[in-house]
Amino acid sequence: MNEYSIKKISGKAVYVGGNDIDTDRIIPARFMKCVTFEGLGQYAFYDVRFDEQGRSKHHVLDRPEHQGASILVVDQNFGCGSSREHAPQALAKFGFKAIIGGSFAEIFFGNCATMGIPCVTLEDGQRAQLVKSIQENPQAKLMLDLENLEIKIDETKFKVNLPTSIQQSFLSGKYDPLFELLEGQKQVNDVAKKLGYVD
Amino acid sequence: MGKNLYKKVWEAHEVRKLPNGQSQIFIGLHLIHEVTSPQAFGMIRDLKLNVAYPNLTFATVDHIIPTDDIARPLKDHLADEMLSALQKNTQESHITYLGADSGQQGIVHVIGPELGLTQPGLTIACGDSHTSTHGAFGTLAFGIGTTQVRDVLATQTLALSPLKVRKIEVNGKLGKGVTAKDIILHIIRKLGVKGGVGFAYEYTGDTITNLTMEERMTLCNMSIEGGARCGYINPDQTTYDYLKGRKYVATQNWSDLVKKWDGFKSDADATYDDLAPFLAQEINPTVTWGINPGQAVFIDETIPDPKNYQGLERDSIQEALDFMKFKPNQPVKGIPVQVAFLGSCTNGRLSDFIEVAKLIKGHKVAKGVRALAVPGSQAVDHEARKLGIDAVFQEAGFEWRKPGCSMCLAMNPDKLVGDEICASSSNRNFKGRQGSPTGRTILMSPIMVVAAAITGRVSDAREVFVL
Repeated sequence: MNEYSIKKISGKAVYVGGNDIDTDRIIPARFMKCVTFEGLGQYAFYDVRFDEQGRSKHHVLDRPEHQGASILVVDQNFGCGSSREHAPQALAKFGFKAIIGGSFAEIFFGNCATMGIPCVTLEDGQRAQLVKSIQENPQAKLMLDLENLEIKIDETKFKVNLPTSIQQSFLSGKYDPLFELLEGQKQVNDVAKKLGYVD
Repeated sequence: MGKNLYKKVWEAHEVRKLPNGQSQIFIGLHLIHEVTSPQAFGMIRDLKLNVAYPNLTFATVDHIIPTDDIARPLKDHLADEMLSALQKNTQESHITYLGADSGQQGIVHVIGPELGLTQPGLTIACGDSHTSTHGAFGTLAFGIGTTQVRDVLATQTLALSPLKVRKIEVNGKLGKGVTAKDIILHIIRKLGVKGGVGFAYEYTGDTITNLTMEERMTLCNMSIEGGARCGYINPDQTTYDYLKGRKYVATQNWSDLVKKWDGFKSDADATYDDLAPFLAQEINPTVTWGINPGQAVFIDETIPDPKNYQGLERDSIQEALDFMKFKPNQPVKGIPVQVAFLGSCTNGRLSDFIEVAKLIKGHKVAKGVRALAVPGSQAVDHEARKLGIDAVFQEAGFEWRKPGCSMCLAMNPDKLVGDEICASSSNRNFKGRQGSPTGRTILMSPIMVVAAAITGRVSDAREVFVL
C-alpha cells in the first residue's frame, strides 16, 4: 500500500559478525508458533543470546553500549535458509530499521524490502572499516542515505549498493507492492483466462 | 536465439511491468500451510480484501502437526490455535483444505506433486523455502514471505525481479550407493551456500534425465540450500508418466496437454547466464560435518582444518567445529549418532522408504539410537502400509510415525535432546534446527541414515549393505 517514502535512516549501529547466519539462528522455529508477528522481537537471535536456562550469554546485542541500536551490520549471506518472514519481523520488532551486510539471502532480502527495511551491501574491506569504527565508538550515529546510496559515520563516507528497483521503491514509498498489484487486476484476469487458469 | 524454461514460464505469466521496473507475475498454484499464512489472512482482513482466486490456493497442515497423537485439541495449545486458524481462514475463503481427516494431508511439497497439482509450466509459490522442490516438474517454483502470501491471496500475483539462470549439467553414471541427495549435497559443497543467490538453477545432463521424479524432487528441493531461490528440470516423458492419472491432472486431451507442457522446455539453443558442469563418477556418498549444508565431505574424507583457511571462512569452520564438537582432520566415518531421522520434504517419499526397507530387512537399529521413520504424507503412509513397509521398519527398531515435517525443523514434539547427534535425511543442519539449541545434525541420503541407525555411527552404506 502507499507508505511514507524512506530516504534516510539514522541511528546507532551494532555488528553481529559471521557468514551464513541463517533464519533459524535469527528466530528459532519454536518461537514461530504464533498467529501474529507481535512480540517476536524478544526472540530475535534467542539461542545465541540466552542459554538453555534463559540466562544471558552477554551477546553483543545485549551489551549496554549497544542498547537502542537501529542499524544492524552483518557479513555474507545473511538470512539464508527459510522463507519465514518471522525472521525480519523479529529484527524489526527488536528495533532494526536497516541492515548493512556483505550479501543477503534472496528471500530474506525480499521480505525485508516489502517491510520497508533496506538491506544494503558494502564490500568486505570497507565493511571491516565500518565495523572498526562502530566498535571503537558504539555511540556514533550512522546515517544511511538511500538517495545517494551512501552511509556516513563520524566523518567517513562509504558507498553502498542496492538494486535500483528496490531503491526506487523506498524513495517513492511504494516498497509494499500490494496497491500496485491490485491496480492491475483487470490485466491479471486476462492473463488468467489466456493461460486457462479460469474459464 | 532460443529461450530457457525459466524465461518461457516467466513471460507467459507476466501481467505487466511495474513502475519500479519489477514485473507483476501471475501465480498459477499457491500452496499454504499453518505457519506462514495466518498473519497473511489477518492482513487481508484488516484491508477488507478477499481472496482473489480461491480455486488456485490449496492448504494443508505439516509443520506443527504431531506424528503420534493428532487428536484435537492438540496437546500443544499454540499448535492447536494455528491449526484452528488455518481451518477457519480456508473455510471462510473457500480454499481447499487438506487436513488430517482428508487422507491427503502431508508435507506441502510432497502432496502437491502427489495430487498432480504441480504441473509443468506453472508458476508456484508457497510460504516455505523448499517450494523449489516443485521445479522437478519444469515449473518456476519458489518460497515467499508472509507479506507475499498476502499479495498472492489478494491478487494471485507477485512483484518480482527476474533471476539469472545457471545451467548445472551433470553427466555420467552414478556409482553404487550414490543418490540424488549426494548429487545436490555435492553441488552445494562445490558452488557454496550462497553460490546460487540471484540465480535459478536448471539441472540438466544425462545423469539428471535418468533420475526418477522422486529423485528429481530431492535434487530441486535443496536448490535453496545453495542460495538459488528456485531450481528446475525440463519436463520429459518421466514427468508425464508420473503425472498421468493423478487427481488434479486433466484426463481428456492428454496429447494436447503433453504438447503444451513440452512447449515450456528449454530450447536446444537457449542461452544461460552461467554454466556449471559436474561428472557423476566424481560424486561419492556425501555427509555434512558443520552447520550449513555446504559444509560437507565425502564419507571417506576428513573434516577440514581451519588452519588451512583464512578470514571469515576460517572463522566459519572454527565456529562449526566448536558447535559440532568435532576436531580438525577427524574422519567423518565413525562419528557416533544417537538419533536417526528418515523423512522430510527432501526424502520422505514412498521411493525413499521402499529403497531403504529392502536394505534394513534382517538388521536392527543399534542400541542407544532413537530411529524415526516419518512418511511425507498420508498417501505415502497408506501405500507403505499396503506394502508392509511400516512393519519392516518397526521390526528393525524404527518408530513408524504419522506424516508431517517432524524433526526436520522440530516445530512439533519431535526434537533432539541436548547435544544429541542426528543422522538426518532432511535439508538443513543449522544450529538448533532440530529442536535443541545444542543439537547436532548430519545431513545424508536415506540409505546412509539407515546405515548410521544400524551401526550407531556415521557409516558408508556401501560397506554396511549389499547394494
